[in-house]
Amino acid sequence: MADTGTAPGPAPSSLRTPLLFVTVLVVSTSGLVYELLAGAYSSYVLGDSVRQFSTTIGVYLFAMGIGSYLSRYVKRDIGRRFVEVELGAALVGGGSVPLLQLGAAYTDAFAILLYGTIIAIGTLVGLEIPLLMRILKEELEFDELVARVLTFDYIGALFGSILFAIVFVPSLGLMRTSLFFGLLNCGVAAMGVTLLSGLIAPAVRTRLRVSAFFLALGLGITFAYADRIIDYTEQALYPNPIVHAQQSRYQRIVMTRGMRGTQLFLDGNLQFSSNDEYRYHEALVHPAFAATQRHERVLILGGGDGLAVREVLKYPDVREVVLVDLDPAMTRLAREDAFLRELNGDSLGDPRVRVINDDAMVWLDERARAGGQGEGTQSTPFDVLIVDFPDPNNFSLGKLYTRSFYRILQTAMSDASAVVVQSTSPLYARQSFWCIEATMREAGLVTHAFHATVPSFGEWGYVLARRVPFEPPGEPLLAGLRFLDGPTLASLFVFGPDMAAVPVETNRLNNQMLVRYYEREWSRVE
Amino acid sequence: MSSRREVLRTLLGAPLLGQALASGWLAGCGGSGGGDPLARVEGELLGPDLTAGHRLRDGIPVEALRAAPTEHLRLAILGGGPAGLSAAYRASATLSEGVALFELEPVLGGTARSAESAVTPYPWGAHYLPMPMAHNPDLLALLQDMNALEPDPQEGGELRGAEALLVREPESRIFHQGYWERGLYPYAGASADDLAELARFRQKVDEYVRYRDSQGRRAFAIPVALSTTDEQVMALDRLSAAAWLDREGFRSARLRWLVDYACRDDYGLRAEQASAWAMLFYWVARTEEPGEDTVDLLTWPEGNGALVNHMAARAAQRGVRLERGQMAVQVVARDPGAGDASAPVEIIIQDTGTNTLRRVTADRCIVAMPRFVANRVVRGLAERDPQVAERFTYGAWMVANLHVRERPSSRGVGECWDNVLYDSPSLGYVSATHQRGRDHGPGVLTYYWPLATADAAEGRRNLFEADYGTWRDAILSDLRRAHRHLPEELTRLDVFRWGHAMIQPRVGMLASETRRAAAAPLGAVHFAHSDLSGIAIFEEAFYHGVRAADEALAALATPPGALATPPQGA
Repeated sequence: MADTGTAPGPAPSSLRTPLLFVTVLVVSTSGLVYELLAGAYSSYVLGDSVRQFSTTIGVYLFAMGIGSYLSRYVKRDIGRRFVEVELGAALVGGGSVPLLQLGAAYTDAFAILLYGTIIAIGTLVGLEIPLLMRILKEELEFDELVARVLTFDYIGALFGSILFAIVFVPSLGLMRTSLFFGLLNCGVAAMGVTLLSGLIAPAVRTRLRVSAFFLALGLGITFAYADRIIDYTEQALYPNPIVHAQQSRYQRIVMTRGMRGTQLFLDGNLQFSSNDEYRYHEALVHPAFAATQRHERVLILGGGDGLAVREVLKYPDVREVVLVDLDPAMTRLAREDAFLRELNGDSLGDPRVRVINDDAMVWLDERARAGGQGEGTQSTPFDVLIVDFPDPNNFSLGKLYTRSFYRILQTAMSDASAVVVQSTSPLYARQSFWCIEATMREAGLVTHAFHATVPSFGEWGYVLARRVPFEPPGEPLLAGLRFLDGPTLASLFVFGPDMAAVPVETNRLNNQMLVRYYEREWSRVE
Repeated sequence: MSSRREVLRTLLGAPLLGQALASGWLAGCGGSGGGDPLARVEGELLGPDLTAGHRLRDGIPVEALRAAPTEHLRLAILGGGPAGLSAAYRASATLSEGVALFELEPVLGGTARSAESAVTPYPWGAHYLPMPMAHNPDLLALLQDMNALEPDPQEGGELRGAEALLVREPESRIFHQGYWERGLYPYAGASADDLAELARFRQKVDEYVRYRDSQGRRAFAIPVALSTTDEQVMALDRLSAAAWLDREGFRSARLRWLVDYACRDDYGLRAEQASAWAMLFYWVARTEEPGEDTVDLLTWPEGNGALVNHMAARAAQRGVRLERGQMAVQVVARDPGAGDASAPVEIIIQDTGTNTLRRVTADRCIVAMPRFVANRVVRGLAERDPQVAERFTYGAWMVANLHVRERPSSRGVGECWDNVLYDSPSLGYVSATHQRGRDHGPGVLTYYWPLATADAAEGRRNLFEADYGTWRDAILSDLRRAHRHLPEELTRLDVFRWGHAMIQPRVGMLASETRRAAAAPLGAVHFAHSDLSGIAIFEEAFYHGVRAADEALAALATPPGALATPPQGA
């Protein structure tokens, strides 16, 4: 970096002092940027940005105090120590975001790592200014010195805070911003060796320059390969090797494969594991078929993997299946991926199946509005409706579990139809589960809740419903299923005391209670 | 003549313009070369019919005044905005014949108007209604008539906004320091002092929410007419919102931004110009009990267009004739005590298409126009209230509708209903598709920008000085900070310039005797407009429409001559 290879020796004194002030500026800018990076990154990982920012800033400032205090123990070799502190800041500060990212993926002690990093950076930055002031005290009067150093220090802080939000984070992202400022610190260290050459022994100078060079090289390489690191950490989220990953317009679709089958994840949430998905999908589809006489027209909302369709097509009286899934990338994958096609029996390629890529709520709403003028099957109600959305972990999904949604859903039903809704775990997310059930009842449906054990998911829940009172089904209409027979099906409607109904508020579009229940309950499990 | 760059600087402010120029994006736009990345974006410049409005100044030919009346009405309503339509809606419930409404524009709705494209209906002005409290039964009855309410089993069957109309969560987000955060207050990086001030501000608001005067009136109520008139509260109208913040020791930049945002959002004024009364009204009048959140908001894809469209349809169904493109150019009220044979009110109406004039007479007339227009149309009105011209100032607004192929990507929290930018001259945008649940794909973003200058006329000049291209560049310079790829997603951008969008509750306006006196009838002519409240919200327009209709109906029910002074409506 800044080493130009010129003969070592004091820089011309006319330039030396201004350059040292430039150093103050860079030092304080990068210090502030590290602090903001730690605050921003921790709010991503731990949430609650108010708390993260306030604790980060507090701990950081306190650590600067530690550094300032420690500066009194530096008695000799001030020039050399200053450069070493710079190199330390370059290493810890520059490497902070990559380190935190790896820490979030591989360790359970993210908070320890976070505050360790903040304290280390704060201490080093706290050392810098006192050391620099002592170096500069030879050149300037005390009052002039304090005024100028602090001025540049605060200007640097302003630079840092403005550039951080406006320039660096938008254009470089968090990781590259941290590496970039690490490189800047390396540059200051290298320049410092030259500027302070009078204070540093020649052999030490060489050692410091070599250290600065290798550190800059390391940071530079990481800077260039930052994207690879992100891929690497995504792998860390999954227990099995990733075999397919794509970012669709709506979600991240990841498939992994391991000893116990293939798994599909949407936005990091497990959708199925091939070794036990039959339990989930048999419980999703067959009780609903057993709860109604006619099965000619079937509506599936969600379920773009085609596995529910596979179960549906086992009934010879099914004449038409409409599958509405938001993401064309998902339904395309279900049609084209060799493994998925084998697992779903190429169900989406069946001539009875029509795939529509749309938001289920909007599609139902528009269908209901057009209902009056609809011809033929357009306005005919469906006989069996299967609602298989991902769990309500965000507002966009949460709306698909609201009273409004279940009201609109009923416009596609007759008194003879049955609907089943996958309803997350009644064991791990008990309030969420019963909230879905209560919301369906408030929307005017008659419900019977049931549950099944799916080892990959744990204890899983469903709600079966019709517009008129009905008895829960006694046995499945098909023989030869792997999981369900008569006695098993009847047992699914029995809830033990640890999963029994609890009082809940219902889920409305304007409160999205379910998303709140769900976040609270699953954060306790995970 | 100012160059486009200078106009842009006036609109955006130097820092924002600098940022837009530094990003290198502005330079590529509007150039004469073929490289304009926005050349494919369609759009037009819209606004109320100004040419017709300006004809008012030209005077009326004498023969028109002498021509025989073409018809006699029981009630004439002049103006088809929220106030006029409220009056028509109210009056038509009891009076089915001889009622007509005349609107100058080719469309009804005034500032609550809306439009529709292949994607969705969308608003051109006001876009939500806070759930009215029990002390506003007339408005609740309108909502019930619209099927906008339903009993809530969780609240013991109490009537609440219908679920499909209450703003869907997530309601709002704010763009601050490069990221979208949930809510309207930027919490990230807020200091302990910032948060303490925010909490103290909420306590202040709660104190006023708790307040009741000796007659049981709230400190701030919707409609304004139901608020206390106690001096202790009215004194707040004598200082600006900014001065109040100073007095109460609020220094947090974030809190002051929030207050300033609220003043611009509801009044098109900066905190330095809006009265502290008006600023507190914004929060207090919408909070039912201390410690509670503000009341639920009702919204429709077309915004408050749904309200005015419903009232218009209902009034028409009950026999009110709604005439568009018909401008009242002169209204003469006869002295009701004079006892001459002619009708109490004479109205000259001009067809804005053919320019022909006709003379209509009426027993009663409701002038539902903004006061600065009414002053020119109603003979003797400006002379009766000479202070009005100075007290009643109107703010200029720019509203744009942006059609996008796909929602622009954003860092942090995803699209909400209300999307606000910190440190922006605009108020951000509302997503028209939010309420229907369409979270992906084509959408319409309704973007609001009040010209909040110290002097209202200056804001109006700035509004009209900027042509379509300048507004487009200003809008995108602002939004591009939060959505870098917005220009690529944009398919259409329409700009609506409202010269006199809203009455401004500047310091001293609300508490003034001038405002209160302005609502008094002039002979058989009654007045209805939100400007009589000093606050331009739908509820106030509705209140005055209903009040004026009730005044007129009471007078019509009383034998002529027996009425010395028309009764004041509740």
